[in-house]
Amino acid sequence: MLAIEPAKKLSFTRCISDGDLVIVYERHDNMRAVKVSEGSVLQNRFGVFKHSDWIGKPFGTKVFSNKGGFIYLLAPTPELWTLVLSHRTQILYLSDISFVIMYLEIVPGCVVLESGTGSGSLTTSLARAVAPKGHVYTFDFHEQRAASAREDFEKTGLSSLITVGVRDIQGEGFPNEFASTVDSVFLDLPQPWLAIPSAGKMLKDDGVLCSFSPCIEQVQRVCETLRENFTDIRTFEILLRAYDVREAKLEGCQDDSSVSVVALPSKKRRQRSSEGSNAQETQGSSIAMARPCAEAKGHTGYLTFARLKCFS
Amino acid sequence: MADTNNQSDSGQNSRLTWEGCSVLLDINDGDRLVFARLSPAAKLKIGNNNCSLQPLIGCSFGSVFRVETGSEGPYLARFNSSSEGNVNNVQENNGFQSKEESRDNRELVDDNKAQSLTGEDIDAMRREGVTGDEIVEALIANSATFEKKTLFSQEKYRIKKQKKYAPKVLLRRPFARSICEAYFKKYPVRIGFLRVDTLSLLLSMANVSANSDVLVVDMVGGLLTGAVAERMGGVGHVCSTYVGSTPYPMEIVKIFNFGNDICKSILRSSLDDLSSSNNGTSEQIGQHDDSLIVKGGLNNDQISSVCAEEICDGSEIGKSNILLEDSNSQVLRNCKSVKAGQKAPEEFIKFWKENGFSSLVVAAPDLDAWTLVKDLLPLLSSSAPFAIYHQFLQPLANCMHNLQLGKMAIGLQISEPWLREYQVLPSRTHPCMQMSAFGGYILSGTKICNV
Repeated sequence: MLAIEPAKKLSFTRCISDGDLVIVYERHDNMRAVKVSEGSVLQNRFGVFKHSDWIGKPFGTKVFSNKGGFIYLLAPTPELWTLVLSHRTQILYLSDISFVIMYLEIVPGCVVLESGTGSGSLTTSLARAVAPKGHVYTFDFHEQRAASAREDFEKTGLSSLITVGVRDIQGEGFPNEFASTVDSVFLDLPQPWLAIPSAGKMLKDDGVLCSFSPCIEQVQRVCETLRENFTDIRTFEILLRAYDVREAKLEGCQDDSSVSVVALPSKKRRQRSSEGSNAQETQGSSIAMARPCAEAKGHTGYLTFARLKCFS
Repeated sequence: MADTNNQSDSGQNSRLTWEGCSVLLDINDGDRLVFARLSPAAKLKIGNNNCSLQPLIGCSFGSVFRVETGSEGPYLARFNSSSEGNVNNVQENNGFQSKEESRDNRELVDDNKAQSLTGEDIDAMRREGVTGDEIVEALIANSATFEKKTLFSQEKYRIKKQKKYAPKVLLRRPFARSICEAYFKKYPVRIGFLRVDTLSLLLSMANVSANSDVLVVDMVGGLLTGAVAERMGGVGHVCSTYVGSTPYPMEIVKIFNFGNDICKSILRSSLDDLSSSNNGTSEQIGQHDDSLIVKGGLNNDQISSVCAEEICDGSEIGKSNILLEDSNSQVLRNCKSVKAGQKAPEEFIKFWKENGFSSLVVAAPDLDAWTLVKDLLPLLSSSAPFAIYHQFLQPLANCMHNLQLGKMAIGLQISEPWLREYQVLPSRTHPCMQMSAFGGYILSGTKICNV
């Protein structure tokens, strides 16, 4: 997924080859990760796609099925991966992930601790942020989940940047070998306050911790615990509002007739094909108009950040 | 394991300041934010005092300083935060969480008679060398109403007086996070109202990472270029492009503590130069091999003669809140340092034309998104993600619509982040009373192969 070795720099210009991971894009809300394998086929509602047709084509290409249906083959990125990974737990999404990485001040070369690993959605982005020289140590107490995460990181080519450990961080804390060597810590645990003293030991002075919790009661306890050794304690909530864009014709108000807004027959807005010809004939000017989507995620979790107090 | 942690290169990952280092000074918990460059001659004006920044050199980021009065006048002294007597202590005591607060404001009358110490008294105390903390205690002792206040208003009172008589200076690392927040708070216009969460989304959506070649249009003073370069850590290249013949200013890049590697990775090229006889992308696809890798050391001789110029000299850092002094002081940090934003050499431009950029990030509040994107998108390799920031929705809606019609990209999405901060205190948790209501819009998507 990442161009970890300089030799694979600009991986996008690389053509798809046997064994590559590609993101199969049907629609913006329908994607999946597929491992290319010479003899295999992909079957979906658009027909049968032969992997052998894909090999040698650049990423970003449209490929066709036996029935003439098509899909796009995209190069995997952490953002796309978050949309296609298999959910073994509740996962973090784009807005929280982006904010966490910025606020934890993670830059290439950083050492980051995470618990729990969960489905590895955040871990993938953490790895991108510390690459090429840093490292992410992630812990989950669930052995099978840790193993699945390890397999995923193998699949996405990130295993050199991520080490998955099986450990109950709430119960045992982080391993002592990391004491005072860590730049940032991320906690997504049911009782994060139990892990905070240990996290404090792991961090370098002025290092940043983040705890993600869905409930405000958890946040309350986290903040109380943090006050002992941390400073600059701040809690946020971040959401994304998406917009629908469609072409519409606004009828002018001539004389005394009333104003009305007439949306053009709403085709699938993302797959509008070449019906452009008759759009020209209609009267009035068509313009692109945007409005917020009617449904949105109302809550994911609270993000609490804090900085280890600096005594030295 | 500790080896992965080898951050020998001075600069960004260092946790100690050094002479010539750029720092963010947070005065009184964000009341004032000052960017400064540390040198023995640099001075910071706090209240009526001009304090040398010398004591800050070689300290760890995160340290707190207080103004103390010595025989040679006021100076900044390291302050041990464990003795910090503010609201935190109240929370640690925590007693009032369950204890019902019986006091209220019924007996408080605002007649300006509560304080019996006069301005002259305080000046006299100062002349005698009484510390700021002691003055605060004296003010409390001489306040007729202090005891009648609730615990919370007592703390508020104490903090207010502390800010005035015992100001504290927190030493912070200038990261994209702190730089963006400081500008957003004090000079949002200069960064096109780009909020920190929006900036973070741009970086994710454009898959900014080491070993990539990111095309940037930065009309937000260099904040975007700096943030992208910070994420790449000097491995790969940021190409900041511009329409016309004059590059856009990137002063803010100088505030980041970039070492030579990162400075070297930031290049500039006009859009005309990048677009001219643009035929490479589609033909060259598939010819990837190692010979295409450009060596980092190109043109070293040319670049290395340039000196760092943004040094904070002895002149005072005045009242205005964000400053990075531009003056020719003698305190040059390192005459061999590389200047960020050199003109991209021909080889690089050729390389980009042949391979395409791996992603695109745009923050150009004054340009029409579609006009710009129409010209920029062909410069990307296929499957490259992009993220376009704008303060207004309509230009992005129009751009998205045109991209759909032209079948140039997929996964198109306009999003607007919403960020709310909370006050979390025992029995007093609620969203903050003030919030930023708007962080801008982002159009994101992935370029597809138009064959």
